[in-house]
Amino acid sequence: MTQPYRAPCDLIVEPLGPGTVSLAPGPRAYENGRVSPISRGFRGRGRRPDADPGRIPPGQYATDDFPVLSAGPTPHTPLEQWSFTIRGAVDEPVSWSWDEFRRLPSETVTRDIHCVTKWSKLDTTWTGVSIDTLLEDVETSAEYVLAFCDGGYTTNLPLEDVTGGGAWVAYEYDGEPLEPEHGGPARLLVPHLYFWKSAKWVRGLELREDDEPGFWETYGYHDYGDPWKEQRYAGD
Amino acid sequence: MERAALRGRLTWQLASVVELVDETPRVRSLVLDPPEWRGHLAGQHVDVRLTAEDGYQAQRSYSIASAPEDGYLVLTVERLADGEVSPYLVDELRPGDELELRGPVGGYFVWEASDGGPLLLIAGGSGVVPFRAMLRHRAAAGSSVPARLLYSSRSLDEVIYRDELESLGADVRLTLTREQPPGWTGYGRRIDEELLAEVAWPPEQCPLVFVCGPTTFVEVAANALVSLGHEPGRIKTERFGATGGR
Amino acid sequence: MDALDGNAIAGLLVDVFGDEMTAATGVCASCGASGPVAELEVYLQAPGTVVRCRSCSAVLMVLVTARGVTCVDLQGLAKLAR
Repeated sequence: MTQPYRAPCDLIVEPLGPGTVSLAPGPRAYENGRVSPISRGFRGRGRRPDADPGRIPPGQYATDDFPVLSAGPTPHTPLEQWSFTIRGAVDEPVSWSWDEFRRLPSETVTRDIHCVTKWSKLDTTWTGVSIDTLLEDVETSAEYVLAFCDGGYTTNLPLEDVTGGGAWVAYEYDGEPLEPEHGGPARLLVPHLYFWKSAKWVRGLELREDDEPGFWETYGYHDYGDPWKEQRYAGD
Repeated sequence: MERAALRGRLTWQLASVVELVDETPRVRSLVLDPPEWRGHLAGQHVDVRLTAEDGYQAQRSYSIASAPEDGYLVLTVERLADGEVSPYLVDELRPGDELELRGPVGGYFVWEASDGGPLLLIAGGSGVVPFRAMLRHRAAAGSSVPARLLYSSRSLDEVIYRDELESLGADVRLTLTREQPPGWTGYGRRIDEELLAEVAWPPEQCPLVFVCGPTTFVEVAANALVSLGHEPGRIKTERFGATGGR
Repeated sequence: MDALDGNAIAGLLVDVFGDEMTAATGVCASCGASGPVAELEVYLQAPGTVVRCRSCSAVLMVLVTARGVTCVDLQGLAKLAR
């Protein structure tokens, strides 16, 4: 064996202004343009090779699992402190306590969901309140919404994508209260877009005239995120 | 080797699987022969990548279990119940297969004989893997640095490298947290401040401490050490979980 | 979900910085806490990799790999030095 690797100590980055970005070649197929060889017998966990291909968007893989994705610690907001708020381009912000929210008319829907990290899960069943219900008495000239969450996460969507029966604030998954790791007590559910738009631990919607990028959108993910058009990254 | 060849390049390569060693019912060591290996430091990792027939890929990072002085590269992998890569590595991989990897990586959680000590290693479960590399390195280098390993395992059957650890010249203390065999004289409880006060050298001796295990284990052990008066800058930690590897 | 730490992204950081970075020192721009990159909180299971301050949870680094290129945003760091 050869000598251990010794890194030279010559790198200092200071100060780092807002939005400092460095570019580097990412993990890619290795040298000489070869692609990774198949790992004999490896299929990936929970994969569903038998899934109806017509329901799997390009570049996605069906799974029976429900992977937990998170950009930060799981918040545990007590229900008595929880509220859901519509604010921004409205005359008066509207807010519901947990009890008030749970008394709103609810819907149970079964939908396919598609995560940008390439897993799709078919026939997931959710119960929650339609965004149409929440916006029923709200007058607004806004064209976009920015969903905001416990823990600071945000994501942006066109208003028309969360209305017209396209989105919910869900508090039950598969007939059970939504677990904190999956976004409980309540998460946004916008199944026709990549699942990062279905913000976990959602606490409200800010109605906006302009399209303000959310967390992942700021770091290069697509502002809209249609899985059928494979809009993963900005520019797709 | 020229520096230009070392800096900024981390290329994937295919290591052939030379041998597989069952360490415990859930843990297996992979003896690998990477075609290009520039050497490593005890405590470093490699990234492992698996590719399915349909192109799906999964990547994890695993600690190196072999010493820099050893002839082969060894990874020791625990099968995680909800894992994706570890069940493949433990149950499916066969001698003669090729495993895609890159490395070594990491420069923080490493120990060389010249770093001195006393060396205090605190392992939870498969967190013992990088410590095998350190203790083998210590032995191979003929180091006289005092070394002590406190290793928390659920039961004696789940202790990895059980026979080998005794032969490496370190003071090994086991604590079995769930099940102790009849006549067990070692510790039988989870690691806490009291147990660490008993096992660790006193803060005045300034031991160099490495803690490796599941996230919660590491937090408990590191916080207890700080509260006992150990210098935080001399406590190095490494956490693992289902998405990270090992 | 339990966070991992900076050791887990040693390889990814070499991709981006062209060098070993886990032993580098990062200073949080939010709370001023200073420590090795290896000891920072890391969330891997996400559309990108999110690195947070262990003291105040502020986002320090975000790494996203798109079309074979990894971008890193360091705006949560006041300083990164090795």
